[in-house]
Amino acid sequence: MAIAVEMVGLTREQMLQMFRSMAEIRAFEHRAYELYREGVMRGTTHAYVGEEAIAVGVCSALRPDDTITSTHRGHGHCIAKGGDMSMMMAELLGKETGYSGGKGGSMHIADVDKGILGANGIVGGGMGIATGAGLSAKLLGNGRVSVCFFGDGALNQGILHESMNLAAIWKLPVVFICENNQFAMSARVQDMTAVPDPADRAIAYGIPGQNVDGMDVLAVFRAASEAVERARSGQGPSFIVATTYRFLGHHVGDPLNYRTKEEVDPWREKDAIERLRAHLIENKVATEEETQAIEQEVQSHVDSASTNAKAAAEPDASNLMTDIFA
Amino acid sequence: MAIATPPATGTRTMTYAEALNEALREEMRRDPTVFVMGEDVAIWGGGGVFGVTKGLVEEFGPERIRDTPISEQVIAAAAVGAAATGTRPVAEIMYVDFMALTMEPIVNQAAKMRYMFGGKITLPMVIRAQEGAGRGNAAQHSQSLEAWFAHVPGLKVVTPSTPADAKGLLKTAIRDDNPVIFLEHKVLYFTRGEVPEGEYTIPFGVADVKREGTDVTVVGIHTQVLEALQAAEELAEEGISVEVIDPRTVSPLDVDTIVSSVKKTGRLVVSHQAAEQGGVGGEIVARVVDVAFDYLDAPPQRVCGKNVPLPYAQSLERAALPYKDDIIAAIRRIL
Repeated sequence: MAIAVEMVGLTREQMLQMFRSMAEIRAFEHRAYELYREGVMRGTTHAYVGEEAIAVGVCSALRPDDTITSTHRGHGHCIAKGGDMSMMMAELLGKETGYSGGKGGSMHIADVDKGILGANGIVGGGMGIATGAGLSAKLLGNGRVSVCFFGDGALNQGILHESMNLAAIWKLPVVFICENNQFAMSARVQDMTAVPDPADRAIAYGIPGQNVDGMDVLAVFRAASEAVERARSGQGPSFIVATTYRFLGHHVGDPLNYRTKEEVDPWREKDAIERLRAHLIENKVATEEETQAIEQEVQSHVDSASTNAKAAAEPDASNLMTDIFA
Repeated sequence: MAIATPPATGTRTMTYAEALNEALREEMRRDPTVFVMGEDVAIWGGGGVFGVTKGLVEEFGPERIRDTPISEQVIAAAAVGAAATGTRPVAEIMYVDFMALTMEPIVNQAAKMRYMFGGKITLPMVIRAQEGAGRGNAAQHSQSLEAWFAHVPGLKVVTPSTPADAKGLLKTAIRDDNPVIFLEHKVLYFTRGEVPEGEYTIPFGVADVKREGTDVTVVGIHTQVLEALQAAEELAEEGISVEVIDPRTVSPLDVDTIVSSVKKTGRLVVSHQAAEQGGVGGEIVARVVDVAFDYLDAPPQRVCGKNVPLPYAQSLERAALPYKDDIIAAIRRIL
């Protein structure tokens, strides 16, 4: 086995699983865009294309019972934490077979049994929830770690300050992961955040902060593993900023008038999936054909997920008033 | 010879604050996953600005009775996350006014989470706060905001007026698997009442008829239950029979009990300290009119807070609030 593989403490199967998971996210998101454009999806959808390495790198460092909170751009986190693509796709189409029986849609998918405490339609909405999940893990002594995913847009929400401070003073097992994809809708991170590296903000909370290449799944995995270990061993929260790029814009209806092809192209060259593929081939973990076979398998799963979702029934109106209270 | 009457078997007299304290203590003994967090709930004065959490940190320790920073939004949001993952938080927000800072986690997260996730999550959480005017706390520490929360589907809103109700309802709130907004009243903390010995809970959505009567129904919230009872006492001397109802939970609202009473009396007065505009009183009137219009002999009356930020000076604060005499005046208007 190649040295590089051992260096990050991953088996061949784990690395191939990372590749599969990233391929799933990409295929799922492209299909979601197609379905929206076909007119079979309502509302909107925010694609995670380009950012796959972060969700997969972080979730690969977690136990199945660890929890995550996600964002409006949440499909990637859900898939990386083991979410069911068929149920996700059905939810996107508002079908009764969807995760929420059609009551939530793209921004409100959760799978509590898998530790997925939900995507979130409110920017920063998951931060306090993740902090509370960390508190609960500490009180129950169950050794769980709570991961909070958020975007650079959420860096300037007040709840981030409150959450990081609370997690820090109580030494809660929380890992704050900022996915700096450069934009909050059309607003550039450097125009809205005064520090050049948002990871420096960790100093203000007395917790470790570091910047990591969000286009390198192995680098993300390494950084996340350290932070998760620190959290699990009772040393408290960490802050990781993963630098990445939003290939497809804010959402399916983004006019994209605020950036140029010249800006986007170099980021596309850093494509995290191609980077991992090259790494796997170079280190003889897999052949190019094997990686392509994984992608074909993934594509057929996504195809059947969307076929099944289209065929499924919409929820009956009699379900309207159920699930409000336990 | 006058013989001192012993208290009725199985009750004790205690304050509203003491009754709440007892509820917390009993539920924390009963269930190790219950914990309390909030500003100054552990150290200040031995526990809580109004003494509701007094002595709890001695019994349960600082892990389960947690003083927080002044960060209302994350107190509420962390309660959501903790409730979603196996514990039963009781979060205290010192004044309901500060709940303006918690509206995101309560309204957008807690209230909707179960529905958004298709019924696949439970959130057994209580947010306790105190509201109300009458102590010169001025505009940012005197509001009554129960209508804000009653307006949001997915929340239960509790407004006890007596020590016994406060205890029984708080125990129910802690055992409930849904987000509960538990609103105490700062003036009522010092009132005393009989509280049953031993274990009991009071169900949500069940109003309590605090006094039976036949001429007019008065529905009061918090202090207005006490004001209405005084009004009833005074009017009884004139032969006017007033029925006083405390809904106890404004969401769910026990419409049936109120409607049954109105069908008997033909007259309705609602009273709360909260500003009249958009208040729960309007909702109660509407719900009664929906189903009992033909039983009403006179227009329903609202005896509520004036539509004004609560003022500081005693003369102004009194003028902004509804009291016994205002209830009596409203009753006279429709009799």
